[in-house]
Amino acid sequence: MPINGTVWKYGDNVDTDVIIPARYLNLSTPEELAQHCMEDLDAGFAAKVKPGDIIVGGENFGCGSSREHAPLAIKGAGVACVVARSFARIFYRNAINIGLPILECPQAVDETESGDRLAIDLRAGTIVNERTGRTYYVAPLPEFIMGIVQSGGLVPYTIKRLQEKGG
Amino acid sequence: MGHTLAEKIIAAHVINGRQEVWPGELVEVNVDLVMANDITAPIAIREFEKLGVRRVFDPEKVVLVADHFVPNKDIKSAEQCAQMRRFAREMSVSNYFDVGRMGIEHVLLPEQGLVAPGDLVVGADSHTCTYGALGAFATGMGSTDIAVAMATGQVWLRVPETLRVVYYGELQPWVGGKDLILYTIGAIGVDGARYMALEFAGPVVDALSMDGRFTMANMAIEAGGKAGLFACDQVTRAYVNGRLRRPYQEHQPDLDARYARVLEIDVSKIEPQVAFPHLPEHTRPVSQVGEVRIDQAVIGSCTNGRLEDLRIAATILRGRRVHPDVRCIIIPGSQAVYLDALREGLIETFIEAGAAVSTPTCGPCLGGHMGILAAGERAVSTTNRNFRGRMGHVDSEVYLAGPAVAAASAVAGRIIGPDAL
Repeated sequence: MPINGTVWKYGDNVDTDVIIPARYLNLSTPEELAQHCMEDLDAGFAAKVKPGDIIVGGENFGCGSSREHAPLAIKGAGVACVVARSFARIFYRNAINIGLPILECPQAVDETESGDRLAIDLRAGTIVNERTGRTYYVAPLPEFIMGIVQSGGLVPYTIKRLQEKGG
Repeated sequence: MGHTLAEKIIAAHVINGRQEVWPGELVEVNVDLVMANDITAPIAIREFEKLGVRRVFDPEKVVLVADHFVPNKDIKSAEQCAQMRRFAREMSVSNYFDVGRMGIEHVLLPEQGLVAPGDLVVGADSHTCTYGALGAFATGMGSTDIAVAMATGQVWLRVPETLRVVYYGELQPWVGGKDLILYTIGAIGVDGARYMALEFAGPVVDALSMDGRFTMANMAIEAGGKAGLFACDQVTRAYVNGRLRRPYQEHQPDLDARYARVLEIDVSKIEPQVAFPHLPEHTRPVSQVGEVRIDQAVIGSCTNGRLEDLRIAATILRGRRVHPDVRCIIIPGSQAVYLDALREGLIETFIEAGAAVSTPTCGPCLGGHMGILAAGERAVSTTNRNFRGRMGHVDSEVYLAGPAVAAASAVAGRIIGPDAL
């Protein structure tokens, strides 16, 4: 399933407190959380982001809390993929678990700017910057993790496994 | 080739038999304990219900703690707690801790003897790594992981590499676990241990109290770490014996274990540390802080809300007054800590000094309640994060420090160490 959208580019260490401030942690649906996504970093984001858009970040994207509200807010806002130089580990796990595609590609990040359009093919592992015409190759996710992503997240994946076990 | 602590504990929990594990491997493990709190449980419960299982894998191995937005700060928070309370009842989870009988989760669980050396613990809170101080592999995850763990008693893990940090030399006055870990994060950066297990060792660590070890392990995540481990020793044994209701497994790292990196730190030159806004890695020795006036001082949290921390604060506040321009908020980390502090006269010291003393709660640490900052305000805090907007308005600032610096700063009205009082 190809992804094609406009880039919102941010820097290093985009933390979970700016992705979804704690004052909104008594909300839990993606729709509610999306309204406050990135609020303390980019107040205009939530209102202007379009379904299919792509967030591009630097090092250690999603650092800080384990709050699943962070990738939920991003997914709820319609963001189709997050591309970063590197991800903090709990955010990385959470994104996979909720079926939010994420890719680590330092070179793509360095050569991409806000407003660019990217075309991403998760299965092929390619990112194309439509402005520059450059193509980047991303190391494929481990098969087990790809299985979770392809199932739509950890819950659908687990339901399938529980059914296979007959439990 | 030998193994690190993380590799050994994970190997002991791999499903379907004993085997060695190596960094980078993806494994599925049995967990000894699964935990969630009032802000992470609602999503976990929602996902759990989607799984279609009717009960948790083992009610004795699930822990639910109301600590973040409690006592409930608004209707939505009250509804989240009500939901968690209902779930605990339906699932016969007896390890359910509510207002008046709780503490901040990472202070409470060790105190209650719920975590043992050698355990593999997952919690829906990033500071679950705190239990590494007990020689347990403990790591924070999101609500969906915890939902699946509650249903199946299993999680998938990527075996981490280990970064070993050896602390040697002579600890200086007022330097404690918080200063050591802040110094370390300053040295390696907020992603210096990304995806790695930290292993803390050395003669300084051997001599450190459990409270100091909990503080260090607590902030492993602030360097990006998956876990922050201490090997079990007589300090650990003294702490757990009498608290634990089950046998436990001690692990030691092998002498020929392979570490991704070994860092040796001479503590002799380390002063009390202060982490400047807006990253925990922006550390400076307290003598190099310059003039930083503060509006608020917070002493508490899962990082520094234990009895030893309160004793240090009381030593400094005794016979002194909180500066007229400062709000000093002190939060014992659990009911037991609160009661001990009361019996030792610490609470009286705090109130006589002009500090506010609160029931256990995470409160201001994450900008929830009990001490939020307005635009332009500054706090010195014994908490663990100082990202932009962490404690309130996006234009407020949080400086991280240990209890000695926080208490001294509360008196002075600006950030100083106790020696400068």
